[in-house]
Amino acid sequence: MSTIVHAIDRRGALSLLAGGAALGVGRPSLGQGAAGRVIVVGGGFGGATAARYIRRLDPAVEVTLIEPAERFYTCPFSNLYLGGLRDFESLGHGFDALRRAGVSVVHATAEDVDTAGRTVRLSTGDTLPYDRLVLSPGIDIRWGALEGYDEAAAEKAPHAWKAGSQTKLLRAQLEAMEDGGLFVLVAPANPFRCPPGPYERISMVAHYLKTNKPHSKILVLDAKDQFSKQGLFTDAWAALYGDMIEWVGLSQDGKVVRVDADAREVETEFGNKHKAAVLNVVPPQQAGLIAERAGVTDDSGWVPVVPATFASAKVEHVYVVGDATIAAPMPKSGFCANTQAKVVAAAVVADLAGRAPPAPVWVNTCYSLIAPDYGISVAGVYRVMDGKIAEVEGSGGVSPREADAAFRKREADYGAGWYAAISADTWGA
Amino acid sequence: MGRMRAAFLAAIIGMPIATASGALAETDATITLLAAGCANCHGPDGHSPGAMPTIAGASVDVLKAKLLAFRKDEAPGTTVMVRLAKGFSEEELIALAEHFASLKP
Repeated sequence: MSTIVHAIDRRGALSLLAGGAALGVGRPSLGQGAAGRVIVVGGGFGGATAARYIRRLDPAVEVTLIEPAERFYTCPFSNLYLGGLRDFESLGHGFDALRRAGVSVVHATAEDVDTAGRTVRLSTGDTLPYDRLVLSPGIDIRWGALEGYDEAAAEKAPHAWKAGSQTKLLRAQLEAMEDGGLFVLVAPANPFRCPPGPYERISMVAHYLKTNKPHSKILVLDAKDQFSKQGLFTDAWAALYGDMIEWVGLSQDGKVVRVDADAREVETEFGNKHKAAVLNVVPPQQAGLIAERAGVTDDSGWVPVVPATFASAKVEHVYVVGDATIAAPMPKSGFCANTQAKVVAAAVVADLAGRAPPAPVWVNTCYSLIAPDYGISVAGVYRVMDGKIAEVEGSGGVSPREADAAFRKREADYGAGWYAAISADTWGA
Repeated sequence: MGRMRAAFLAAIIGMPIATASGALAETDATITLLAAGCANCHGPDGHSPGAMPTIAGASVDVLKAKLLAFRKDEAPGTTVMVRLAKGFSEEELIALAEHFASLKP
């Protein structure tokens, strides 16, 4: 007992030195554990980063990370696996380095949150208390929002929009497809996870088909008329893949309204039917379920947040990061989830210590690979302006439309460098 | 603003110690947060595991010159840094240069 008291006293003294307590600003009343207990739900780019950076900023804060998977497989770079450029295991990240950083990692599913009592109930039956909760729930598929597309349909016409068995299924279907087959990708309306993702996927599938099954075709049926880095993608598709890729936007009847997964057939708004050899449906999405259980979502199914801190706009003591949030003009990207998590880590540590949070800045760079030596990017810097998240004027933008092969190659190399760097930053080396 | 400069400033304008340490904590937290955004490409604390240059422990003059050149679009052939540097003030870029130069290479 005396050892515990001593430990708490030591931590209390340390945080007194580090925090604002010397100013006479009292800490808010917290549960046991001197500097507070934080639960982070979700071990992806947002959650793992939040857990790591809270520990970095204040090692006296107890951090528990709840993530069902013992190895987390990323959506970023899963298109490179589909294109045959990476093996699947290279997309996986374990949690040992986070444990070494002092994060308590629990492999379970967070099933419910009691935001009044400040507890999280786990699939193991345990209930854990928190002072602050960080949710990084990612996306869930809105099953049935697209007629005919439910969980059973996804086993025949994969979405592969969460990395794992779905990604492997799509790769297996591509490998089994005969030369001369038609690959159909159904792209959703905004907002959705990874705006350039469907178009990088098309590029990587085209690379695989050009190399292995050159008589095949690709049809993209899109529920919108514009997409991320559009000019750069379409220029490169024409230059690298000729007439292999056909993209049909909303105003050319690109919106799919019905899926028949057994027949691998889709029907558009105006009744045109397209039959695929391999059908990849990127369906409508919403925030991961735990966000809804915690009461932080709005009618859109996504999570409104306080711009400066990414605290929930609806529920006290809860912060939300990543794809689940309404953070436009920031895209739903792994990079943004990571920088949002750093803002949340700083805000949570300040909040627990009774200090004001530092002014936030968010950065984003999304690389897309069109061929092994051909990369493009979109970048942005975001701040809070007039109470809203806004892109800093004059910053950001996409790669130049005119650039030589060396420039495209450099962006391909930087894309790989980005993946290595953000993985080390998020899960640790 | 570095820790020394903050302390010096506090000393010359006669701020009470407690206020000085509060201001210092806030400034440090702001720079720490700014710098954290660089890790996504340049690696944790500026140690790059990939194609981007490691910036930890680099020359402060080189870092300052590069960042300010990116901001003014005076670095032909640059890929993303010319787009990102324009999102920061000159003061912020100088603080970032000082921060990464002070880290172990």
